[in-house]
Amino acid sequence: MSGPALHLAVEIDGDGAHPAAWRRAAHSPDHLLTPRRVAQVAAIAENAGFTLITLDDGVLPPGASPDAVGRIGAVERAAFIAASTSTIGIAPVVPVTYAEPFHVSGQLASLDHISAGRAGWVVTEEERPEAARAWGRQLIADAAARARESRDGVEVARALWDSWEDDAVIRSVATSRYLDRERLHYIDFTGEAYAVKGPAIVPRPPQGQLVVLGRPDRVPAAHLDVALVEGRELAEVATAAAAAGTPRVFAEVDVALDTPQATAAERVADLERHASWRGRRWLRHVGSADQLVSLLAELSRHVDGVRLHPLVLDEDLPVLSRLVLPALSERRLVARPLPGTSLRSTLGLERPANRFAAAAVAAQEDAR
Amino acid sequence: MTRTDPLDVPRPHAQLHFGVFFQGVNHWTIWSAPDSGSQIDPASFRRVAQTAERGLFDAFFLGEGLRLREVDGRIHDLDVAGRPDAITQLAALAAVTRRIGLVSTSNSTFNEPADLARRLSGLDLLSEGRAGWNVVTTDNAWTGANFRRGGYLDHADRYRRAEEFLTVARALWDGWGDGAIADSAGAREWSVPGAVRRVRHRGPQFDVDLAPTLPRSAQGHPVIFQAGDSGEGRDFAARNADVIFSAHGNDFDDALAFAEDIRTRLRGVGRPDDDLRILPGTEIIIGATEEEAQEKKRWIRLQQVTPATALGIAGLLWGIDLSDRDADGPLPKEDPVVTENDGSFGARRITDPRTVMAEWRAKAEAHGWSLRETVIALGPQRGHVGTPSGLADKFAHFVRHGAIDGFNITPYLIPDGLDDIVDLLVPELQERGIYRTEYTGTTLREHLGLRAPLIHRSAPDRRQAG
Repeated sequence: MSGPALHLAVEIDGDGAHPAAWRRAAHSPDHLLTPRRVAQVAAIAENAGFTLITLDDGVLPPGASPDAVGRIGAVERAAFIAASTSTIGIAPVVPVTYAEPFHVSGQLASLDHISAGRAGWVVTEEERPEAARAWGRQLIADAAARARESRDGVEVARALWDSWEDDAVIRSVATSRYLDRERLHYIDFTGEAYAVKGPAIVPRPPQGQLVVLGRPDRVPAAHLDVALVEGRELAEVATAAAAAGTPRVFAEVDVALDTPQATAAERVADLERHASWRGRRWLRHVGSADQLVSLLAELSRHVDGVRLHPLVLDEDLPVLSRLVLPALSERRLVARPLPGTSLRSTLGLERPANRFAAAAVAAQEDAR
Repeated sequence: MTRTDPLDVPRPHAQLHFGVFFQGVNHWTIWSAPDSGSQIDPASFRRVAQTAERGLFDAFFLGEGLRLREVDGRIHDLDVAGRPDAITQLAALAAVTRRIGLVSTSNSTFNEPADLARRLSGLDLLSEGRAGWNVVTTDNAWTGANFRRGGYLDHADRYRRAEEFLTVARALWDGWGDGAIADSAGAREWSVPGAVRRVRHRGPQFDVDLAPTLPRSAQGHPVIFQAGDSGEGRDFAARNADVIFSAHGNDFDDALAFAEDIRTRLRGVGRPDDDLRILPGTEIIIGATEEEAQEKKRWIRLQQVTPATALGIAGLLWGIDLSDRDADGPLPKEDPVVTENDGSFGARRITDPRTVMAEWRAKAEAHGWSLRETVIALGPQRGHVGTPSGLADKFAHFVRHGAIDGFNITPYLIPDGLDDIVDLLVPELQERGIYRTEYTGTTLREHLGLRAPLIHRSAPDRRQAG
C-alpha cells in the first residue's frame, strides 16, 4: 500500500467513552449541551489532524449515569460542526431501526452538501426495547429483524442519493426547464416491512454517496464503505479485517492515556469507582502515548484506520493531539486531510457512478 | 393613505417584524438570470441568512417538501426544486449567525414526536434559543408513498394528529425542570436526581413512553408558526401558534379583516388578542421611482412566468395538457376538465375551475391579453411594489392599524435578493420608528416580543408569562 496507511477517526459524543467521563471533564455538566462546547471539541479534533469525527446517538438518553445525561441529536451537531470546520470528515451515528429512511437519507445528503463532501454515516441499531416505546412503533425484537431494518434503511438511503443524477438541475433557459426529468428516478423500493417511492428531495450529495460505516455483521458488506471491526486482541482484529470484504476497514479502539496529571491507569481507576467502563469487545489501550503509537503502527499492517474512543475527551484529546498524531505523522503513518478534499478522496475511495445513469447508458447500448 | 400624526392610530408603537423565506419548490425564484445563484450550495443559505441578520430580521425560514411534484404522473420540471432537509440546514446556519431566528417547516403527519421534538430541541440549544417550528400537515397518500406507514391519514385526522403531536412535543420540551443540570464541575450528579420527567402519552394518534434527552433552551420552547388558512387552520393557530404565516398581506382591508378574525379567535380560546404575530408571506420589489419599480416588476413577472410556466399553470386549471399551445396566443377554447386533486402538485385546491376560467376569459377579452399575460395578471397578486419611502409609508399604515405584524419576505433572487430591502427599505422603516435599530434580545421569542410558551402560563411552578 502506498501513502499513509492509517486513518484516524475519533468518537466525540458526550464527555468521553467512559460512562462517568463527565466527572473528569474540564467543564461543568451544563456546558456540555452548548454550541461553544460542540464547536470547541470539533476544532481540537480538526486541528489535531484527525480524518474523521463520529458522533454517537440514539433516541434514548445515553445510559451514562444513574441520572439523566443529555444529548443533542448527532445530525444537528454534525451540521453545526460542518459549518464551523473546513477539512475534517464528520459522521453522525444514525440508527434506522425505527427512523424513516426517507428523512435519514435527506438529512445525511444535506450534511454532505453543507460540508462540501465531508460527510459519513455510522449505521447502528436501536437495541433497547424502550426505543420502540419512544418511537411509538412495534418492537423489533430479534437481531435478524433489526439487521433487516439496517440493511433496508441503508439500501433506501443509498438509492435515494442516486435518485438525482449529478446534472439533473439543467437550468435550460431555452426550454424553460429547471430540471431534466430524465435524470430523476423513482427508486420503487419494496422491502418486507415498507416501501419507498422516491425520488429524493435533496439533490445528489457532492460525494455521490456518503461514506457509510458500520459493523459488517449487521449491515451487508456491499452496502458499507468502511467496516468497523471489533476484537479484544490484535489477532482477532486482523482476522475480522481480512474477512470484512469492504473497501476500507477501521478497528475500534478504546483509549486512556497518561497525562501530566495522572497515569492512564489512575484515571481509569478513578472513574471505575462511579461506573464500569463497558466491556466492549474492542481493543483497549490504557497507558502511554508512545505505547499507543506502537499499537497503531502495528494495527496499520492490518487495517486502513482506527476509530478511537477516548476515555475523557478533555484529558485524552490533548495528548492525542500533542503526542500521538505528531508521532504517527513523523513516521509517515498518517496524513492530515487536505482542505477542499472530500472524505471519500481522503480515504482513497472512488466517487461512485450513479446507478441510474449507468443503467440508462447500458440500456442505450443494448438498444443499439 | 398615511395619516400625518403617527400617534393618531390604534397602535402607535407597533413594530414591523421581518422574516426571510428561502423558498424551495416554486416558480417565483428566478433561476434564469445571470445573477441567480445555486439553490443548494451552502453559500447561498449563508449569504441570505447573514444579509437578513444584517437587516435585523427576526427569522430565516425554510419550507419543506416530502415528494417531488408531478403533473400527470410526470415530475414537474419547470420550477426550482431540490432543497436540503430544513433542520439540518438550519443547524449549520446556527454556527454562522448570531441572532436571527431559524424556523423549520416540518410535517406532523410524516414525523414522530420523539424524533422531531428532539431535533427541534437540538436546533434550539445549538442556536441558544433561536429555533422555530412551522407546523404543517399532509393527508395525501401520494406523499405517504415515501414513508413507512404509507398514505394512512384521513383529512379530518391531520389537524387532530398535529394537535396531539404538539401536546407530546411540548411535554418532551418540558421534561427537564429548570436547573436540572449541574452547573459546577465538582457536582455529585450530572443532573438533579428526579429532575427529568418521563413522558407517557396514550392517545388516538400516539402511544409513546420515553425520557426526554434535552433541557429547555434560552427561549423555553421553539416558537410555533402555523400557515393554514381554512377555518380549521385558523382555529388550530389560535389554540397553538405564536406566529401565523398568512397569505393576507397585500390588500390593507383584506389583511385587517384577517387580523380581526384571528384576534376574535384568540379571545375565543382565552388568549390575549396580541398574543400572536401575523406575518404574511410577501415579495417586495423596490425601485428608485414608482415607474422604475413597475418596470422591474414587469421584468420579474416575465422571468417568473415563462411561456412554459404559463401553459403549465393554465393546464392545471383547465385539466388539459396545454404544453404544445402558444402562450402568447389566446386562451384555450375548450371547457375545463374537472379532475380530482391527488396532491401531486402541492396542497392548493381549485374549487371550481369553470368559475375561475370564466373570469379569465372575460378579463382577457376586455384587455386583449394573451394567455401568458392573463396568467401573470390574474395569478396570485404577490407583494408590494414601490420606492423605499413609499413602501415604508405603506407598511407603517399597515402595522400601526393592526393589519399585520410584519412580513415573511420571499426574495425573487437567491442569494442577493434581500440586499435592496436591507440597504434601502430598512433605513426608511427605522426612520419612521417602526423597525428596530438593533437586536435587543437574543432569542427568536424575544425578537417577536412573545410571551412565555403557552403551557408555561398556567403552571405556577414554571416560568410565568413575561
